Amino acid sequence: MIPELGHLSLIIGLAFAFLLASVPLIGVARKDQYLVRYAWPLSYGMFFFIFLSVVVLGYSFAIDDFSVAYVAHHSNSQLPIFFKIAAVWGGHEGSLLFWVFALSCWAAAVAFFSKGLEEVFTARVLAVLAMITIGFTLFMILTSSPFERLFPVPMEGRDLNPMLQDVGLIFHPPMLYLGYVGFAVSFAFAIAALMGGSLDSAWARWSRPWTLAAWVFLTGGISLGSWWAYYELGWGGWWFWDPVENASFMPWLIGTALLHSVIVTEKRAAFRNWTVLLSIFAFSLSLLGTFIVRSGVLTSVHSFAADPSRGMFILLLLGLAVGGSLTLFAFRASEMKSPARFELKSKETMLLVCNILLTVACGTVLLGTLYPLLIDALNMGKISVGPPYFNAVFVPIVLVLFVFMGIGPNIRWKKTKPGELKAKLLVPAVIATVVGAAAPFLADGQFNIWVMLGVGTATWVTLTTLRAAFDITKSKDGSFSLARMGRSQLGMIIAHLGIAVSVVGGTMVSNYSIEKSVRMGPGISQELAGYTFNYIETKNVVGPNYTAQQGQVEVTKDGEFVALLRPDRRQYNVRTMDMTEAGIDWGLFRDLYITMGDPLSRTQFAVRLNYKPFVRWLWFGSIFMMVGGFFAASDKRYRTKKVTEASKADAQKEKLATA
Amino acid sequence: MKKRLVLFIPLVLFLVMGVFLYKGLFLNPQNLDSALEGKPIPAFQLERLEDRGDVITNESLKGKVSLLNVWATWCPSCKYEHPYLMRLARQNILPIYGINYRDERAMAIRELNRQGDPYTANIFDHDGRLGLDLGVYGAPESYLVDHNGIIRYRYAGPIDQRIWNETLLPMVEELQAAAKLDGAS
Repeated sequence: MIPELGHLSLIIGLAFAFLLASVPLIGVARKDQYLVRYAWPLSYGMFFFIFLSVVVLGYSFAIDDFSVAYVAHHSNSQLPIFFKIAAVWGGHEGSLLFWVFALSCWAAAVAFFSKGLEEVFTARVLAVLAMITIGFTLFMILTSSPFERLFPVPMEGRDLNPMLQDVGLIFHPPMLYLGYVGFAVSFAFAIAALMGGSLDSAWARWSRPWTLAAWVFLTGGISLGSWWAYYELGWGGWWFWDPVENASFMPWLIGTALLHSVIVTEKRAAFRNWTVLLSIFAFSLSLLGTFIVRSGVLTSVHSFAADPSRGMFILLLLGLAVGGSLTLFAFRASEMKSPARFELKSKETMLLVCNILLTVACGTVLLGTLYPLLIDALNMGKISVGPPYFNAVFVPIVLVLFVFMGIGPNIRWKKTKPGELKAKLLVPAVIATVVGAAAPFLADGQFNIWVMLGVGTATWVTLTTLRAAFDITKSKDGSFSLARMGRSQLGMIIAHLGIAVSVVGGTMVSNYSIEKSVRMGPGISQELAGYTFNYIETKNVVGPNYTAQQGQVEVTKDGEFVALLRPDRRQYNVRTMDMTEAGIDWGLFRDLYITMGDPLSRTQFAVRLNYKPFVRWLWFGSIFMMVGGFFAASDKRYRTKKVTEASKADAQKEKLATA
Repeated sequence: MKKRLVLFIPLVLFLVMGVFLYKGLFLNPQNLDSALEGKPIPAFQLERLEDRGDVITNESLKGKVSLLNVWATWCPSCKYEHPYLMRLARQNILPIYGINYRDERAMAIRELNRQGDPYTANIFDHDGRLGLDLGVYGAPESYLVDHNGIIRYRYAGPIDQRIWNETLLPMVEELQAAAKLDGAS
């Protein structure tokens, strides 16, 4: 009975979505305020009923209702309760439900926080969000309902895939989905602006905090995923250029470009077509990501069972959403040359370069990801595109991007004073070159071009960003005040520093990791990177739904105790699957990472020892980026209509000037 | 007007991509066939896993329809596949040659001693050169080779009862019949 209520509530949510997608638009067409205002209660209703159906699914998991097929396939009575709840999004059907739920959350949030905006505009935004909700809810109800019953009812569930039984599952997918789906909001803003025919700076200002919020979630989701892969998969890698990873990375790249483009549209009323197009692309790539993950067209470690009918449905949605919006764009986009003029040496140029480089970078990732499919579809054979391609193409592009990233914050809008740039940037450039050149020699005494470029550009970005912060806080009479810095400026500073931190991490761990496969057992010790690993004993450990052999490895350096590492080899009872759980001693400048392999004799195991310098910096950097994005999104001036008057006046002046 | 047409470029690009995605739906990425099917096994000369001195070449595989199975101790799906290979070996339908792919010799031998050895012979491809020539996508992966040493079918992923009965066995029977005919003529 209870699961049917969940299904019913999903259908009611769908009904609300249908109303939300039509009633306000009819109201707009008839100029009927009364109908337009229905958008708000309908958004809340849609959110409420979809939320209810998520709660019901969670409840079915909590009480071990194995008559629900989805629960029987992804849970087990022995599974700890928090994993039961997290299993709601651990499989195909549930993650779709969660996708739709995330979308309705964003819709409700837009309804709630946009009271100050123009009513008609917000109603259009909500209607577009409802259309997307309709598509995915129909997809779920027609092809993959999470509430389907199973008969006869099994006594026990098949358990959650052991690989997913980890805190990573609790946080990574929700974050990622909120980010993915968040770009639906910027998409809806762009479509609403196209519908209304007013691609002005007000629209960009309204869209900006939502884009930032989505970007923060996506950043968090991706870095959590990378961290999860690092410690759970036991390979010690942090990025594999797997199709599914790329699927989340592409919207991030375009989303980053969008963040910057929208600034120009807001402040200078320029790049309007760029901003619209990037909004459409960011969301299209999120949809494409969903298509790749859910249809199984590409082989990936994340692939679920391939089902062409599901793939067909998502492709249809993709075609409607992207095809429709690009057609709308082609007919409604502004043909006018941007009224704002700028010179070559200006912030506008820097941000344009940023847009282009990020789009090209995303294009290369897209090409690499879809290339196997392309070749296959043309009957030219089967190939796979691996990390060598991505590293060779992607890394140089972002290195160039980092150079411009240093200049951007230090340059003026429209035109820069002669000599000003040189005065500001010469010193950072010299220091960055010296530090970059010295870094590989300090690290291991040998020249390494990638370390030089990586550390050099990171230093450059850090110094120039700090220089920009210095200029913002300094007043003309030479006194400093942090109050002079707006929240979005502060956010920019923190996020750009975050990029530098992550770049250092990525560079160091890619070039200076040491790995050693050895045989270890009680009494055996091994050396790696100056550390001594003493294998003390093997313990047998019993977990809630697994048994494990746990190595006790003491690490010492120069005779002093550093850490006791406990890598596990787990045997999960239900799926009879072996999993390794790494033993990690983390540190600011290095991780020591041990995984237990197969037993070699009664007491000895194949053990992999890893030394990973600076690996944490990757994730520290993304925390910086998230904090920065959060500050920028919380800038007060976004949510009110009042401020827009001023910018309208600006735009008016601009128009007069060009006329 | 010309300006307007430029705005259609994104739409056109997307439509082209859509066509490929649509085609992609009907292709199975697990079914990694075309590259070498119908072509002879690439020439190789490698040591046997169990015996350093003994060398196997592509010539050694000719004469009988055989199954080439790429495996390694680091590959969890191979462990899953292993019991089924043992069953196949007991049925004695065709010789199964193992390609021990990018593995440690000692560990591989120990694994076979412990879990049983379904292989007629094992080719020790330590640096993965044969795997590269074959275009190995991942382990486990299997190749059906006819009596002339021509690759007839490639299957990526672990072999199980269903795959064997539905796909591989019919092909094996057909190839063996062809081999008999060939021998007779």
